Amino acid sequence: MMKRFLLAVTFLLPSAVFSAGPSMSLDKANYDLTDNASLQRGAQIFMNYCMGCHNAQYQRYQRTFEDIGIPLDLGEELLQFTGDGVGAHMVSAIDKSASAEWFGLTPPDLTLVARVRSADWLYTFFRSFYVDESRPFGVNNEIFENVGMPWMLEELQGTPRKVWERRMVDGEMRDVYAGIRADGNGRLSADEFDQAMLDLTNFLVYVGEPVILERQRLGMFVIGFLIVLLILTMLLKKEYWRDVK
Amino acid sequence: MNRLIGWIDERIPFTNSMKLHVTQYPAPKNFNFWYIMGSLALVVLVNQIVTGIWLTMNYVPSAEGAFASVEYIMRDVEYGWLLRYMHSTGASAFFVVVYLHMFRGLMYGSYQKPRELLWIFGMLIFLVLMAEAFMGYMLPWGQMSYWGAQVIISLFGAIPIVGDELTTWIRGDYVISGATLNRFFALHVIALPLVLVILVFLHLIALHEVGSNNPDGIDTKRKKGSVPKEEQSKFEFHKHYADKYDIVDSIPFHPYYTVKDLVGLAGFLILFALVIFYAPTMGGFFLEGPNFQAADPMRTPEHIAPVWYFTPFYAILRAVPIKLLGVILMFGAIVLLFLLPWIDRGNTRSMRYRSGWHKLNIVQFVISFIVLGYLGVKPATDLYTVMAQIFTFLYFAFFVFLWFYSKNEKTKPLPERLTK
Repeated sequence: MMKRFLLAVTFLLPSAVFSAGPSMSLDKANYDLTDNASLQRGAQIFMNYCMGCHNAQYQRYQRTFEDIGIPLDLGEELLQFTGDGVGAHMVSAIDKSASAEWFGLTPPDLTLVARVRSADWLYTFFRSFYVDESRPFGVNNEIFENVGMPWMLEELQGTPRKVWERRMVDGEMRDVYAGIRADGNGRLSADEFDQAMLDLTNFLVYVGEPVILERQRLGMFVIGFLIVLLILTMLLKKEYWRDVK
Repeated sequence: MNRLIGWIDERIPFTNSMKLHVTQYPAPKNFNFWYIMGSLALVVLVNQIVTGIWLTMNYVPSAEGAFASVEYIMRDVEYGWLLRYMHSTGASAFFVVVYLHMFRGLMYGSYQKPRELLWIFGMLIFLVLMAEAFMGYMLPWGQMSYWGAQVIISLFGAIPIVGDELTTWIRGDYVISGATLNRFFALHVIALPLVLVILVFLHLIALHEVGSNNPDGIDTKRKKGSVPKEEQSKFEFHKHYADKYDIVDSIPFHPYYTVKDLVGLAGFLILFALVIFYAPTMGGFFLEGPNFQAADPMRTPEHIAPVWYFTPFYAILRAVPIKLLGVILMFGAIVLLFLLPWIDRGNTRSMRYRSGWHKLNIVQFVISFIVLGYLGVKPATDLYTVMAQIFTFLYFAFFVFLWFYSKNEKTKPLPERLTK
């Protein structure tokens, strides 16, 4: 009994301590890597807007097109703007030294950004830009303070502004921060924009680790085999250990 | 077949060695769950060597090429991702099984006389394993590879007089650079694995010389002539053992423990595969998020944490405000483990028959180790630093308490024969 108790304490204590985490709230990105339409829309946004400055230099166009179901010729014609063949890595045409001068540093490569930051962070980040005239590019970001880039998707989202509302709090009227809202001058509605950012997040998760689906599919076979192996070895052991008393 | 074996036996002692160490090697019959860790460690070692060889075929050991070559392996090499995850998960699995293996030794007193040298070889394996893992973690050349190594190597700078020179000598440069990466690569792929394999061999030699301990911590090889024939083990053991001892409660290693270890192996591989295929980063504990960013000597990450298996020792280091003292305590924490056979002055091996104090001491030691491991992952806030100091104290207290109570410990009577 004592032994059980001590064992339980040993294993439960760390989990009790581990559960206290940081409290920064991120929106949940319910992305779906099996949704090719979403991945294709995400790829379209990425290649049209992000790749003006950023690279995904470890990933190849061909692999991307094949994985997310875009015919190679179509992809090369509509999504690849560098003209160096579909087998090329996804590298922006921007002049690196010039961009370093414009932005203060070379725009980071985004191949693995979803693995560094997490999908939830990206999804929140895209929807957290707001107008801030004190910044060189006129925008800032709520979860990435003083971000050094212009907001390229204003054309889709509209101009995002921080909004305060007058609300009754503790019996008196106060201005309460109500989040970021677009001016309504974008091509997409608020819901459409959220979906587009989810698509973009989805695509970046894919680019971060293109083998995820294959990995998970293969895992089922491997683990299935191992379970059979476990059962067989248990039977084998039982058979042999009959002799041992 | 028999003629072939006969031919071999005339030239090397093949059949005799197999009998001596495998088919007629006596092992206590009551090994439990904790006894599978040794064979699992061997399997993981083989996994690391084999996947490591294949990774080397496509890895580029240079500051310019390393990070990209790892992504090349992940994307363009057929099943490269699988090799890489098997290797990275294997590194953590190695420490999981080795820590459990050491814990087993602690519980059942497997370090006590006559197994001191066996324990020392094991500790040397642990030490080399830490160096091997540390150097391996630098190879992907991510932000954590770079800055983690920066922190660890700078520790040597705390050594008076020679410190600065020493760190420069280790790095081969004034900062961590391609020169450091290249030498760590050489050490990681050949020097340390070679040492590791030799040490594992010596560990096994030492094991087979003195024989395995068991959960009861009593001897199963008794003085010749002390046990009646019908009480002795009915299996045939090699005369190397049978001529010297009366053997009780033992079974030949093969087939009994080979088939039992196979069960353990299959179970382990299921867990191993679950990580590889469904959680290869293990939520940032096996592969840290910032390490998916190429090393940038100009940008320090907000929070530098070593990989989980180093964090207990890292927490001890950080618990002390004076750097040199922290370094001494950190290495001291490992040195004391080496000295365990002499710190424990008791004669009863297994905690089953030792005092309640001993059980309590082991439990507090395990809790301290785990909490320190947790604290080593976290940023050093005021609260966490105080906690790290408390648990560092408890970690060391384990050895001090043990030294005192083990001399005249009130133990329970040992059983005559192995229990279940």
